[in-house]
Amino acid sequence: MTGARPSFAAAFGAVFTGQLARARAGAIPIFMAATVQSVGLVVLLKGLVDTSSDVTEQSVVAGSSVTVVSFVALNLLAQRFGALKASGALDYFGALPVSPAALITATAAAWASFTVPGSILVAVGGAAFYGLPMGAVWVIVPVVVLAGISLAGLGALLGLAAPRQEIATVAGQLGMAAVMFLGLVPAHRLPGVVQGVRAVVPSTYAVDAFAAALKSSPRWGTVGVDLGVCVGVCVLALAASAWAFRRAVTQR
Amino acid sequence: MTAGELHEVAPKPASAVPAQPSVAYEVAGLTKVYRAKSGDVPASAGIDLTIRAGEVFGLLGPNGAGKTTLVRQLIGLLRPDAGSIKLFGQDVVAHPRVVPDFVAYLPQDDAALADLTPSSALETTARLRGLSKAAARATRDELVEELALAPFARRPIGKLSGGQRRLASFGATLAGDRPVLVLDEPTTGLDPNARRAVWSALERRRLANGVTVVLVTHNVLEAETVLDRVAILDRGRVIASDTPGRLKALVDRDVRLELAWRDEPPADDPLVSTLRAKAIQRGRRWSVRLDADHARAALGQLTGGPLFEALDDFTLTTPSLEDVYLALGGSSDELERT
Repeated sequence: MTGARPSFAAAFGAVFTGQLARARAGAIPIFMAATVQSVGLVVLLKGLVDTSSDVTEQSVVAGSSVTVVSFVALNLLAQRFGALKASGALDYFGALPVSPAALITATAAAWASFTVPGSILVAVGGAAFYGLPMGAVWVIVPVVVLAGISLAGLGALLGLAAPRQEIATVAGQLGMAAVMFLGLVPAHRLPGVVQGVRAVVPSTYAVDAFAAALKSSPRWGTVGVDLGVCVGVCVLALAASAWAFRRAVTQR
Repeated sequence: MTAGELHEVAPKPASAVPAQPSVAYEVAGLTKVYRAKSGDVPASAGIDLTIRAGEVFGLLGPNGAGKTTLVRQLIGLLRPDAGSIKLFGQDVVAHPRVVPDFVAYLPQDDAALADLTPSSALETTARLRGLSKAAARATRDELVEELALAPFARRPIGKLSGGQRRLASFGATLAGDRPVLVLDEPTTGLDPNARRAVWSALERRRLANGVTVVLVTHNVLEAETVLDRVAILDRGRVIASDTPGRLKALVDRDVRLELAWRDEPPADDPLVSTLRAKAIQRGRRWSVRLDADHARAALGQLTGGPLFEALDDFTLTTPSLEDVYLALGGSSDELERT
């Protein structure tokens, strides 16, 4: 009498649906916290940015939209996995016949999906607020999906790899702060060293793709390359967090 | 079935008899040491165990005895430093990922399911054990009915009482029909009705499918009433392993004298000094294991003389697995008896 194993798709579906219960449980607080912060950024920075430069305006809108994603996918998921690891609750998943890759991918996809309403609101509202062209604002959809999955993968990695729950929380918050800062400030305004950091932070490519789409004549080549980098980052982040999951479960 | 009836049953041809292994787990020389700043802590110190298919096997010991560490090795989540674990003949140490095909595990902590309702936790877990959507839903409905989860089946598990949470998590362990159930303190926080529901559910599966149950507990009463066999653990070692009845026979000449003092007993009384030296003391409650003759004599002296004034209550009980644990050198007084 041997039990069955689910296929990757079945495991993905079950975990994804299960994780959506998290959104139902805390939908309003998560949406409010993630979105209000970015709406605030969009409005406040209107008074500070150099409105003669559309580069800056696009950075504000694109950076604020991706900050919504990082708040939930990176920050909250790092906290969530940190807490699950600390309490030993990961054993529930570890003892099921499910591959860590299916588990992590589905969790990341579910948490990325939580960020969709808030990011679209900030993207469309922000573009309208700054009077940016709306023709290619739809690019926010692939941007949110790819940034969401890659940042959720990184959030899971931080939560699983951190030796203590408090460190997972701090790492998630620092990660979100980095995404916000490096996303909002246009690359050419940053000092050389920080530009280097910006180049290796995965959210940069999501921000740049969306900023390029908000130009009066969108640079589709840049959008395509940046989204391609995002896909690569997703794969790497998910692979690393699947490894970290197995390690977190077996080395307790 | 009597021996006479047994002879009348025609033997089936060998090929028609399904391979029914008689041993579920075979553990030999299992060793796991945790490295800590204060020195190495042996969590499993050379454990040998055989768990037969279809039995309810208990791991009894105080907190810190190494029960959960042993269980996590049994289910392939923790790699031993040395030793072997065979599950239905398969090497768990070399191939830990085969375990979830055979074993469902109930961990102590159920935070992983906190956001789900019991209903969705059952369905999700069934799906993750490979059931189709329709089969998972059918399993969900059966388990809600069997464990009487309906009154709270649609509220998030994190918002339920401790007992309701535990029962829902136990239900999730049953989803997907594994031949071995490894349960880490399944009845913690459960009221008597829910406990009965748990034991009945396990018994049904044992009778119908020959399910093997490995049960971690630190509750002596539970161990004595539901286990077929029990291994008593202390500081990472198995200090005894047998049926509860046979283990208790090791100490059947002894009885336990429980004393509750109203005031501090007189320190200069020789009987008090003798009892104090042997007693496990919890405030003014003393628990002393004595052979039956000495216990009778002590009780006579206590109730017939001036010490009776200082005594609030007393009981004399037959030996329990706790006495076995202590007689075999167990070092803790943390076992539960409720």
